[in-house]
Amino acid sequence: MLKTRADKIFWAVLAAVFLGGLALTELVANEYYYTAIYAILQATIMAVAWNILGGFTGYVNFGSAAFFAIGAYTAVALDKWLGLPLPFLIAASAAVCGLMGLGVGYLTLRLKGVYFAIATLAMAIVLETFVTNWEYVGAARGVYILTPEKVPFFRSYIQLLFVVMLALTLGSIAISRALNSSRIGRGLAAIRDDEVAAECAGVPTLRLKLISTTVMGAMMGVAGAPYPFFVTFVDPLSAFNLFVAVNAIAMPMIGGTAHWIGPVIGALVIGGAQEAITVTISSELNVLVVGLMLVLFITLAPQGIVGLVQKWMKRRKR
Amino acid sequence: MASRLIVENVEAGYGAVRVLHGVSMHVEQGESVVLLGSNGNGKSTLIKCITGIVQPSGGRISLEVDGERIDLVGRSPQAIVDLGIALVPEGRRLFPTLSVEENLMLGAYRPGARAKLAGNLEFMFEVFPVLAERRNQLAGSMSGGEQQMVAVARALMSDPRILLVDEPSVGLAPIMVNRMIAKIKELKERRSLTVLMAEQNFNQAIKIADRGYIIVHGEIAFEGASAEDLRSNDMIKRYYLGV
Repeated sequence: MLKTRADKIFWAVLAAVFLGGLALTELVANEYYYTAIYAILQATIMAVAWNILGGFTGYVNFGSAAFFAIGAYTAVALDKWLGLPLPFLIAASAAVCGLMGLGVGYLTLRLKGVYFAIATLAMAIVLETFVTNWEYVGAARGVYILTPEKVPFFRSYIQLLFVVMLALTLGSIAISRALNSSRIGRGLAAIRDDEVAAECAGVPTLRLKLISTTVMGAMMGVAGAPYPFFVTFVDPLSAFNLFVAVNAIAMPMIGGTAHWIGPVIGALVIGGAQEAITVTISSELNVLVVGLMLVLFITLAPQGIVGLVQKWMKRRKR
Repeated sequence: MASRLIVENVEAGYGAVRVLHGVSMHVEQGESVVLLGSNGNGKSTLIKCITGIVQPSGGRISLEVDGERIDLVGRSPQAIVDLGIALVPEGRRLFPTLSVEENLMLGAYRPGARAKLAGNLEFMFEVFPVLAERRNQLAGSMSGGEQQMVAVARALMSDPRILLVDEPSVGLAPIMVNRMIAKIKELKERRSLTVLMAEQNFNQAIKIADRGYIIVHGEIAFEGASAEDLRSNDMIKRYYLGV
């Protein structure tokens, strides 16, 4: 794990961020901050997950919200049925959404480009209709979740959720980074560059794409699992919100899709801006801001922030 | 291990368009066979059938290894690479956003080739020293000739028995084509490869050919038992040499 200097720095930064998060819960009591950071962390996991299929592999997925929502509803259903503790719910959501990713991948990966994008969008609508009619989890009315008043170690439940989410985010980033620099990641990049050539070179394209959709799905499920406990009320409209899907696409695009750090930077920048705008101006405006930034980056810097930095570093070297 | 490639009565096409009408040919162990024909006669389609990218609608394609026949029709391109048939695709088709070294490593994705990765990589860098110098350069930023070298090296990284080369002269300056053909010849001898090359440039292709076929409108119009046989053929004179 700690083979190179870059590895050591990476793990040191992850550990420092996690410890910093724990320290924050000791120092700051105001719950607003945890709510805001939780939203950014959730967006980060979604962006990192989207990027595994969209960035590394080159398949644009518009159905992110479906994985997120199924992750959330898996947690709701299991919480209601068995009353499992949060870590089990998260693991269950990861498993369910990973399998869903595998299945969806198997059905749709023979489609390319726009057709794949539309198929994923359609899948989200189908699943939303299904959940809207699923009485056990509240159907269209939605469902309330009760969270415990007192939690061990932390001052409030939101602090606990924040720390859990922080750990999940760091874990997702570590998985994405490991994947990016592995043989699997190289195979995915080959698929993105030229799928037919990859196949002719002997790269097992279907298997790699299924790995990609499975990991993507599982991560999105993980992002969705704690969501019901965060908002305490879930209905299909909010869980399957298209804005979740748009964010998951916009953040990696703005950060840069080819490198694992891209979606993380994108999520921090956009997520941070959204929270700031929601507080200072209005929550309606932040949708507009994402749209504008997406247009700006796609036209002016299609390689995202990472691409801009790389270009700048290359110029300085000369 | 002796291996030969046998194509029998292959029919293939795209949708309603029939391209190959009962093509039969074979490539024996250690031979260099050229498939000649101008654009649109079915050379690439035949290569695509052998590599599993296009599924033929009829006929049989098989690889014979030590007397045992393995059917190729119906197998995926990866499975065919696994059997030891590598393709240098037309137009090179590299992975442009990856480095030269990553491109080569992708050629050795199958488990059999992975074991020999380090040795093969070293061999490729020895054969193409310029690739060693530029191993960290992005493949998409190289010149056409260098890209063709990467494409050949990537195919050989899979440690094949049979190398298929589809139109190596496309988009290259004549001097580069010359060098490429000479390199492929050198590689063939050093690795005791079997080569099947589809090419429309007769004068270049003949340099490497032990024997060849001329394909016209999806049918084998002439089978030349030697390079001389091809050179003296009327059809070649008419189509290529303009005499």
